[in-house]
Amino acid sequence: MKVSKLTLILLVAALVAPFVVYPVLLAKILCFALFAAAFNLLLGYVGLLSFGHAAFLGTGGYITGWLMMNAGITPELAILLGTGAAGLLGAVYGKLAVKREGIYFAMVTLALAQLIFFVYLQAPFTGGEDGMQGIPRGELFGFIDLSDNLNMYYFVLAIFLFGYWLIHRTIHSPFGQVLKAIRENEPRAVSLGYNVSDYKWVAFMISAALAGLAGSTKSLVFQLTSLTDAHWHMSGEVVLMTLVGGVGTVFGPLVGAGTIVTMQNYLSGGELGNYVHIIMGAIFVICVLAFRGGLVGEFQKLLKRNAG
Amino acid sequence: MKALTNTVAAVALAATAASPALANISDDKIKIGVLADMGGVYSDLCGPGCVTALEMAAEDVGGKVLGAPIEIISADDQLKADVGSAIVRKWVENEQVDAVGGLVSSAVVGAATKVLTDAKKIAMISTAASNAFTTSACSPYNVHWTYNVTAMANGTVKPMVAAGKKKWFFITADYAFGHALESVATEVIEANGGEVVGVVRAPLATTDFSSYVLQAQASGADVVALANAGADTVNSLKAATEFGLTEMVDVAGLLVFTPAAQAMDPDTAGGMRLTTGFYWDYDDQTRQWSERFLERTGTLPAMGHAGAYSMAMHYFRAIEAAGTDDSDAVMAKMRELKPEDFFARNAYLRADGRMVHDMYYAEIKPAAERSGDNDIFRILSVIPGDEAFAPMLPECNFN
Repeated sequence: MKVSKLTLILLVAALVAPFVVYPVLLAKILCFALFAAAFNLLLGYVGLLSFGHAAFLGTGGYITGWLMMNAGITPELAILLGTGAAGLLGAVYGKLAVKREGIYFAMVTLALAQLIFFVYLQAPFTGGEDGMQGIPRGELFGFIDLSDNLNMYYFVLAIFLFGYWLIHRTIHSPFGQVLKAIRENEPRAVSLGYNVSDYKWVAFMISAALAGLAGSTKSLVFQLTSLTDAHWHMSGEVVLMTLVGGVGTVFGPLVGAGTIVTMQNYLSGGELGNYVHIIMGAIFVICVLAFRGGLVGEFQKLLKRNAG
Repeated sequence: MKALTNTVAAVALAATAASPALANISDDKIKIGVLADMGGVYSDLCGPGCVTALEMAAEDVGGKVLGAPIEIISADDQLKADVGSAIVRKWVENEQVDAVGGLVSSAVVGAATKVLTDAKKIAMISTAASNAFTTSACSPYNVHWTYNVTAMANGTVKPMVAAGKKKWFFITADYAFGHALESVATEVIEANGGEVVGVVRAPLATTDFSSYVLQAQASGADVVALANAGADTVNSLKAATEFGLTEMVDVAGLLVFTPAAQAMDPDTAGGMRLTTGFYWDYDDQTRQWSERFLERTGTLPAMGHAGAYSMAMHYFRAIEAAGTDDSDAVMAKMRELKPEDFFARNAYLRADGRMVHDMYYAEIKPAAERSGDNDIFRILSVIPGDEAFAPMLPECNFN
């Protein structure tokens, strides 16, 4: 695989970063970046706007959290099972949702996500409003202590890289080419003999599983899963991250998640603490009105213009 | 850069030379973080107001304890447990925070106290309702000051059952907090010889309570208890008035804060019974402090604000007495010393972290009896702390 200079620089930066910036914040950014990337796989490459991705983030988190607290298994196994559960849910939801398009697709995903949200609200194992708290981080493979923030960060980085690599592979495979064809012109893809809804379904499953992976990892980083993760606000937040970063770009979700999470983090502590939501809303409006391509999209345009 | 380093070194040297007592204070300062909902639905209960309350406390001890300056920082948890726990983690790991105050929504507090206990830092809980922080999730570093669901249920329910109101009907907010409030209140009702004739659970943020109120009306209950909070209480009460329910039976609010009571129409809310940990107009002491608070913030203090101030004062006193800000030593002193001020009456901090103090059984004044906008409650009786709060669990005895 050819590795570009930019990727290499970013990789080195990611390895050094925890010595400069607080590692838990970095781990949070990576979790959300993976979540946004999973969402971007659908919106950016298939053209499907899912408004229910929080369901998969929450499912991954709850399953992993429950397993870590009750089953006494190692974290990598718990994450794997959490991811699997989210993927399974994605298979069911995807099967139903891909039957519709456009706004109806968004509404179906939202409705299905609300269903599972209600289950998590009522089911005793989730702790309802209080969430699942005090999830142990455990020991990776039974011997690497994850309660150390640095170890945790590198573990999250590895998961994140794996997720990004998987998305990269998906996009650049023949399967990914078909997805893009569907995005550009669905009737033509159908006329070429592709079973469009099956392609969409598989893409939905991959996206759901990766969102679950992000949720599972996040539950270990914060040692907590709460209704926030499964709430439709979260589904909206991931749309925001992806749009701010740049839809359909590889690094867009990473930049978007980084921007939003850092902003939430720093604004919450400062003088502007009361205005977090207003500022985020304003940024969203500005982005949609002025930078349609998001930060990364605009940056790429700028590079192209200078080159040409 | 070098000049700066030299200056810092010189200042540090001067500081150490001037006050040898600082040796026992970590990082030469006492730093308190205030974690609260600064802009959301609970911001009136303990948001920016709790920051003001803690700043007042810091000023009242002269800005210093044992010669070490007090520093107060704050952050908005946005009512999200993950945001809250991340902030607290950053505070204790990176920013030398010694204790965290504010602490409002039970979900956020649950997550924050876990992080604080791991780091052996003190959680000064002022406004959370859940009784878990001194029972199922108790910790040697939790201090739960103002009230909890048990005190609310005991305070409001007991006197009404004793007065012959035996049949109860619940309109409950359909989530963990509502269920907890309902189950605690049900225990109290049954223990005192009353019975629950019906329960209806309304989703959080319901706006039309008419069908629930009709069920309550049909149940033949003596009392309709509202096991909900904030806007839900206001809306359910509104519906109850519209259907004439308030004229037929008594309505009891199981968790009503001063700001919510002030926001309710006195014609609807008048006569409603409730329990509170603090009321600004109780006596001269409370009025004096509340007027200072009112002057600075422009709003009346809710019980969480007063509790936050009182708890911070006690914390500073304990550091002074212990001669250090080491959490274990300070907690021991906090339990040993009696907190006694305008808020904490007949009070003591129990070994499980529960602050036991007098609570007040109150009634919302009807419009005709009010002398002004700030005249909200009539205090009917004082509930001694030991009757209001549940006894300590043996497994939570941290002495």
